[in-house]
Amino acid sequence: MKQLADNRAESSNGFEPKIVGFFCNWCTYLAADLAGTSRLHYAPNVRVVRVMCSGRVDPQFVLEAFAKGADGVLIGGCHPGDCHYQEGNYKALRRYVLLRRLLEQLGVEPSRFRLEWISASEGERLRAVINEMVEQVRALGPFRGFNRLPVKLAQLHGQKECSKEPASVETVEL
Amino acid sequence: MSERGQKLPSDVRVGVYVCHCGVNIAAVVDVRQVAQLARGLPGVVVARDYNYMCSDPGQELIRQDIRDYALNRIVVASCSPHLHEETFRHAAAAGGLNPYLVHMVNIREHVSWVHPDRERATEKACELVRAAVRRVVWHEPLEQARVSIHPDVLVVGGGIAGIHAALTLANAGKRVYLVERQPSIGGHMAMFDKTFPTLDCAACILTPKMSAVQAHPNITLWTLAEVTRVEGYVGNYEVEITRWPRYVREDLCSGCLKCIEACVYKDARFPDEFNLGLSKRKPIYLPFPQAVPQVPVIDPATCIQFKSGKCKKTCVEACGERGAIDLQAVPKVERVRVGSVILATGFQTFDPRRMPEYGYGIYPNVYTSLEVERLVNASGPTGGEIVLRDGRRPQSVGIIHCVGSRDRRHNPWCSRVCCMYSLKLAHLIRERTGAEVFNFYIDMRTPGKGFEEFYQRLLEEGVHFIRGRVAGVSDWALDPSEEGKLVLRVEDTLLGIVRRIPVDMVVLAVGLEPRSDAEELRRLFRVSCSAEGFFLERHPKLAPVSTFAEGVFVAGCCQGPKDIPDTVAQAGAAAAEALALIDRGSIEQEPNTAYVLADHCSACRTCVSLCPYSAISIVGGDGRPHAEINPALCKGCGTCVAACPSGSIRQHLFEDEQIVAEIEGILAGVAGG
Repeated sequence: MKQLADNRAESSNGFEPKIVGFFCNWCTYLAADLAGTSRLHYAPNVRVVRVMCSGRVDPQFVLEAFAKGADGVLIGGCHPGDCHYQEGNYKALRRYVLLRRLLEQLGVEPSRFRLEWISASEGERLRAVINEMVEQVRALGPFRGFNRLPVKLAQLHGQKECSKEPASVETVEL
Repeated sequence: MSERGQKLPSDVRVGVYVCHCGVNIAAVVDVRQVAQLARGLPGVVVARDYNYMCSDPGQELIRQDIRDYALNRIVVASCSPHLHEETFRHAAAAGGLNPYLVHMVNIREHVSWVHPDRERATEKACELVRAAVRRVVWHEPLEQARVSIHPDVLVVGGGIAGIHAALTLANAGKRVYLVERQPSIGGHMAMFDKTFPTLDCAACILTPKMSAVQAHPNITLWTLAEVTRVEGYVGNYEVEITRWPRYVREDLCSGCLKCIEACVYKDARFPDEFNLGLSKRKPIYLPFPQAVPQVPVIDPATCIQFKSGKCKKTCVEACGERGAIDLQAVPKVERVRVGSVILATGFQTFDPRRMPEYGYGIYPNVYTSLEVERLVNASGPTGGEIVLRDGRRPQSVGIIHCVGSRDRRHNPWCSRVCCMYSLKLAHLIRERTGAEVFNFYIDMRTPGKGFEEFYQRLLEEGVHFIRGRVAGVSDWALDPSEEGKLVLRVEDTLLGIVRRIPVDMVVLAVGLEPRSDAEELRRLFRVSCSAEGFFLERHPKLAPVSTFAEGVFVAGCCQGPKDIPDTVAQAGAAAAEALALIDRGSIEQEPNTAYVLADHCSACRTCVSLCPYSAISIVGGDGRPHAEINPALCKGCGTCVAACPSGSIRQHLFEDEQIVAEIEGILAGVAGG
């Protein structure tokens, strides 16, 4: 709770979130190009990493971005059925759903991590999504790093012996 | 090939070039500051800002610096890589550097054009440049693969666009497969009587081209056929075409049409599709007199033999020894290999039942414009006589413009042809019946050669024009003059009053929209659609017939509403693009393929089922099995790379190190980052 209060205080101090975008080459990157040629103004908080397909986004990249200090991550892909590579976006969706659950357990608020389908003709939608996400992340404040995992969860991954006392939950550094 | 966790290459010498793009970038981004920052980054030997990097002197700057400073990595911060990546790769290659040691940063579309705040735009540009410098360090020289282009072309759709594209290619000596879903080619144009604004006879100008298609030795025409499967990519598409049975063999039929006469149905009983149900046909019929191929077709849904198996088969008898009628015919699948594809699948008209206020389908004398095209056509259901459903000649006709078009409830776009075809129909109706014709329009749009002049002519012919969107059509008479008529209620916005106009016949100028199944075709060929559902061109101005699927071109109304001259021009352009591709013989492929580190691979097969191109197989079965990726099949999506649990699949140009370095570069300024 204290952290949340800190965040609120900081958000009024002109905090500008830094968001890493992974945009697919054929839809969302082109939507951003279209927003440019249409001179649609939007928040300058997203830094785009171009990938050929949203299916290329390794969950590791997302974790890396948060670990290195990103306040949010936005993956942009083609609408379902529109993938240039047939179904890479479905693969991205599957990974996203799983990864979002993991990130939640690590203390990453859901609105810090988004997957959006934005087609090459949707410059306006790109602007709306980015503006909305920047506002939401700004309201959350800076990302403070991953939570310490409760031991029980860590044990599932075989990192430590099972503790029989559920009351004494330790934490480990991830 | 790089190995995971390799050390940063030590001999890296990066050149950074920040483009002003005139004022496009420099007016917002402080380009000097960006270059200044770049100079301080590790590995950077030289950083410059320049007015136009894509210009010849700009490219020369790169070439010269490669020689003078022995640069081995280049970062260009300018526009979108979709625009100029090729340009700067060429410049690097001309300077003696492998082109894939170049990386572009988009500080125009993604920065200066969208972020007006100078300070924050500059900050973003700096971070993107820093990320690119970190990324480019990990770039490696790559060899460009070339794929050969199969010289044959597939044209989908046999309307005027498909016909013109097919003939252009065939005349240039290329083999063309023309696939049409209907029993005859000709498309919508074959349904028209006259074309605007010249009032040329549509059949007179179209039918010679239709016959030429059939006679051309280089064109294989398949009617009643649909594309059902597409595999491959530019240069080598493998296409499966399903040919639905006509039940009359094209190779044996002489076109005498005796079978139609002989049909056990003495009278035509079934709605004729080509005449939009305004006339009847038999179960065996020729779609229209000029149909190509000139071969009847049997409709199994209405033929007694197909329904009960108890027909006397008088058609078979009439055909006699020729034996062209084959009631046992089954669908046939053709497989062809082509290098390029032209999509020319046309449009459908707006269904006015979606606007019940206009009474289509409720009042018999409300027609669509396409139905009236058939009515005025000499080979149409009435032999060109304009009569109402009860046989009367209309004394007054109301034409409602923009039905379904320019309407936020339906299609927001202007269909481009309705104003002009409404004028044409108004002229033809007035000429043939002497009726009073009222046009109800929102705006008259007549941009085109001779179009405005045609409008003026109509004004002089005494056709009435009322500016206003019609609120509704009904048969409720408020006074005796409206008795037995259809009454159009409209606000005449020029007079500022609400009027009631009683007429005998209402014509709905229905708009053009994407075919309802365009979506399926789009997916088959992996092209994109714009928001409204028309096929999306690669660039609206500079690549108007190309698509994002290389080797697939679009022509005609499947790309957006247009008239016949524009359709033919676009079809010619699509044919020219296909020709240019074929005559080059081969095309460079982006070497962004995935590859496997065989020693690390455990052959878990996670990747095998992920690959949409079946490019991955497990090899080395007896010794140490591992995955292998066929670079000729890999299209570089990188899905397998992201999924590989052991990290043993990697991707050229999108290596993990490159992307992670980019992420780090973006976040390097963040505290703790």
